[in-house]
Amino acid sequence: MQVTITVNGTSETHEVETRTLLVHYLREACGHTGTNVGCDTTSCGACTVLLDGESVKSCTVLAAQADGRDVTTIEGMASPDGTLHPIQQAFHEEHGLQCGYCTPGMVMAAASFLKENPDPTEAEVREALEGNLCRCTGYHNIVQSILAAAKNRELVS
Amino acid sequence: MIPAPFEYRRAGSVDEAVALLAEDPDERKLLAGGHSLLPLMKLRLATPTVLVDVGRLAELSYVREDGDHVAIGALTRHCDLEAAPVAREHAPLLSHVAGQVGDPQVRHRGTIGGSVAHGDPASDLPAAVLALGGSFVVQGPQGHRELAAEDFFQGFLETAMAPDEMLTEIRVPKSGGGWAFQKFNRRAQDWAIVGVAASVNGSSRVALVNMGPTPLRARAVEAALAAGASAEEAASRAAEGLEPPADVQASAEYRAHLARVLVRRALEEATARRG
Repeated sequence: MQVTITVNGTSETHEVETRTLLVHYLREACGHTGTNVGCDTTSCGACTVLLDGESVKSCTVLAAQADGRDVTTIEGMASPDGTLHPIQQAFHEEHGLQCGYCTPGMVMAAASFLKENPDPTEAEVREALEGNLCRCTGYHNIVQSILAAAKNRELVS
Repeated sequence: MIPAPFEYRRAGSVDEAVALLAEDPDERKLLAGGHSLLPLMKLRLATPTVLVDVGRLAELSYVREDGDHVAIGALTRHCDLEAAPVAREHAPLLSHVAGQVGDPQVRHRGTIGGSVAHGDPASDLPAAVLALGGSFVVQGPQGHRELAAEDFFQGFLETAMAPDEMLTEIRVPKSGGGWAFQKFNRRAQDWAIVGVAASVNGSSRVALVNMGPTPLRARAVEAALAAGASAEEAASRAAEGLEPPADVQASAEYRAHLARVLVRRALEEATARRG
């Protein structure tokens, strides 16, 4: 079937099998390999992207379900001139990653969460990350990164 | 993991969805958020030949007052049910439980109708609807019918719905009494090892998650409460007559123990909340 999805602001139309998962559409049809496949069972959150602005696990969404809708991946976060998104910048400054495998999913989950809750407590950040697993950091610096990003945004706005 | 091949059809209305389903009910499945069905399809535990996508039927996403009950459209997502002011005011147990399902990403996709129709004993929302004495409206080729929640769950992943029927609405009486939900798991996003939904309002209803082949009521607890037992006495009967599953997370004995502890906590919390 033909599926058209606006990915990071660009309309992408591809002929795919009906059973194609959104994560494979993004990685293989669109070539956006920043979105990782981790557990492939809706558990780890490595494949998290924004669907119409809300975080979803793209291993458990059919490309057909996203047809005609808007998807943002990690590639869509930085400005075209390379300036990092405030959340990415905060991960950089707070050392919010080690191996980096979970990071795209963490950043996208954080982007969705901070839209819903722009001024969270540390406990709220930890709860918001319940769907994202990290096997390196013990989460501490990831939580600090998201808190720092929220603070930076406040200063901007 | 990729599902087996299937034909994809998108329904533009409930009538169209039911008509598409009716062409070959045993081989076709409805797709809403897909957070129960797609994992099963990826494991090839479900291999429907045709998927009928009802996910875009916006008219089935609502939470509204309807006389003495709250009506929830089957395609209402967990995040929308959690946030809906009507649910917070008139069905706070259901609103709270919707916020405990899975994780934020799951709650952005999963729907109450999908969760209920899946009939999984480990799901949170069926127990909440049971505890509230709710009901389900289903539509098939012959029209609508309403099924009481307590008659709905018939076996493991089996409900009273016929294969050619579609769940369209969930109804729960407006509740002014005390309520509580206790969920025990090892990781925040996991299914409950055991869960308890309790509603204390004159008569009390207590429903259990993951304590048998279906979402179910703790009848012995309810009978004890009706006879005037204390929360602690009633809770001691939480596993009576039940055969909880044993799996990698917990033995049947441990689940029975958890049920007794969690029912006591739920009853105490619900009573305190009633004031």
